[in-house]
Amino acid sequence: MPGLEDLYREIILDHYRNPRNRGELDCPPALRVEGFNPLCGDEIVLYIKVEGDKVSDLKVGGQGCSISQSSASMMSAAVKGRSVAEVRSLIRTFKSMMSIHEAHLDAGGGDGEDDDGAGALDPSTIGDLGDLAALQGVVKFPVRIKCATLSWNTLAEGLDQAGGAAG
Amino acid sequence: MTSTTAAAGTGPALQPRAREGQLDVARIKADFPVLGRQVYGRRLVFLDSAASSQRPRAVLEAMDQYYETTHANVHRGVYAIAEEATRRYEEARAKVARFIGAGSASEVVFTKNVTEAINLVAQTWGRRHLGPGDAVLLTEMEHHANLVPWLMLAEERGLELRYLPVGEDYLLDLSDLERLLDGVKLVGITLVSNVLGTINPVAQVAEAAHGAGALVLGDGAQYTPHITTRVRELGCDFFGFTGHKMLGPTGIGCLWARRELLEEMPPFLGGGEMISDVRLDGFSTNEVPWKFEAGTPPIAEAVGLGAAIDYLSAIGLDAVRAHEVALTSYALRSLADRHGDDLRIFGPADVALRGGVLSLAYKDVHAHDLSQVLDQSGVCVRAGHHCAKPLMRRLGVPATARASFYLYNDEADVDALGEALAEAGKLFF
Ligand SMILES: Cc1ncc(COP(=O)(O)O)c(C=O)c1O
Repeated sequence: MPGLEDLYREIILDHYRNPRNRGELDCPPALRVEGFNPLCGDEIVLYIKVEGDKVSDLKVGGQGCSISQSSASMMSAAVKGRSVAEVRSLIRTFKSMMSIHEAHLDAGGGDGEDDDGAGALDPSTIGDLGDLAALQGVVKFPVRIKCATLSWNTLAEGLDQAGGAAG
Repeated sequence: MTSTTAAAGTGPALQPRAREGQLDVARIKADFPVLGRQVYGRRLVFLDSAASSQRPRAVLEAMDQYYETTHANVHRGVYAIAEEATRRYEEARAKVARFIGAGSASEVVFTKNVTEAINLVAQTWGRRHLGPGDAVLLTEMEHHANLVPWLMLAEERGLELRYLPVGEDYLLDLSDLERLLDGVKLVGITLVSNVLGTINPVAQVAEAAHGAGALVLGDGAQYTPHITTRVRELGCDFFGFTGHKMLGPTGIGCLWARRELLEEMPPFLGGGEMISDVRLDGFSTNEVPWKFEAGTPPIAEAVGLGAAIDYLSAIGLDAVRAHEVALTSYALRSLADRHGDDLRIFGPADVALRGGVLSLAYKDVHAHDLSQVLDQSGVCVRAGHHCAKPLMRRLGVPATARASFYLYNDEADVDALGEALAEAGKLFF
């Protein structure tokens, strides 16, 4: 039976207590996207600034549980300054780490992101996730997966909108 | 107060579970098989009866016994077991009628749950009587079950929806009641809030509503399981409750309405059972209450609900309520002593004005995290918006953790909650 230490790793609690990149950005030039978890009322607001092919800045607002907040905080640290292509690939990697159950939970819930579908995660790519790998334990608590993926789905939606605006 | 006879027909005579109004909780706990199990090696501390209660062995056995000896479709066959099934289904209806103080069993319609009962009223009585410009008065503390059916009808019919506000004391603010009632055709009100525990003064609201020419729909989901229900004394015209919150099975609830209202309401779902005649160019409806019971009904569930009513009646709801009042005062006192300002409880401070529902906020720990940590101690509480999002907005919180009590909870359960809260505090701070 999974224990709390699988869920509430020290890194996660650190990001929860001291969230990175909290705040807002001027829109425009940044883009504002909201995500909701209808189950528990968690909400996330992302301010995404895309310059050229780079996510040059990202700020996080909203409120939620330790898992959704720490996931958003780690995400913000991981994607800032990366190219849009790298960020998209990171979203895919993260979501496939979470996909073991989410494949079922998400049935029919289109979130605007093209699903990688495969589900299977190459263990070597978990290393690319850095701190984010700490969220792996969430998979053992299926109802919390939605908390962990909320900010990532919101980011994917934001990038789609930014791409649409630019293209 | 009349009490029903307790004999379910089978099994050994029930040892008294209450003496001089005091519940014998140890004995009651032993009646509920699930309360004997462990999670994570800890005793199960079930504090989520407001979402759904557990069932005593008497209910499970009554349903098994029905299936093992009797089952056939009701109101159809002329053979022995079909007649028996019909009799047992209708006996359950009579038990419900006595339990809630209905005028007769024909005023009791079996539904899937209280949500369906409310939708039935909206879709039949509402569609017939409500039109553009008509107003429906609800309260800010309604469960989505008593909000969304009216929002749907308002959209379809151009109704105006108004709301009785919730005051700082977590009670309904009735100061503007007269003005709010002007032009209102129906008042929909929960008897007890599933978030705050507040017991609403429904008789008082009903008197004012009737004075203004409005009918009253009471949502008894959190009331009927805990407090002796007398629908007519409450002044309700429509009243619904749900079986799974009062020791009964899932899949069965009831709508009660005054006979003349049921008579003139159009049918709800169409199909078998609800008709008296069908031609290729039309149909005529069955008598009440069967007019509203299309298709094969939940027969075993009705039998189970009847057994739950027998169980509760043998103990006595007055004793159940007294126990919950005492346990709630203990909880409010002991949790405040132990956790002080770290713990906020959203609900009336006076236990005479509230049921055993405690919505909690502990430090800044999110309700989800709180209930996850509590789970590790075997403590089951509900986290979230409790299907009352407008009320949560009013309270200014996205979610709360909610502990709720029933006849099988005791002070040790409250202490386990207090201890588990301390654990959560240690983890996050
Ligand atoms: C006040 C109130 N009304 C309605 C409901 C809905 O009950 P059900 O889901 O059984 O229809 C509930 C239970 O969740 C409730 O607490």
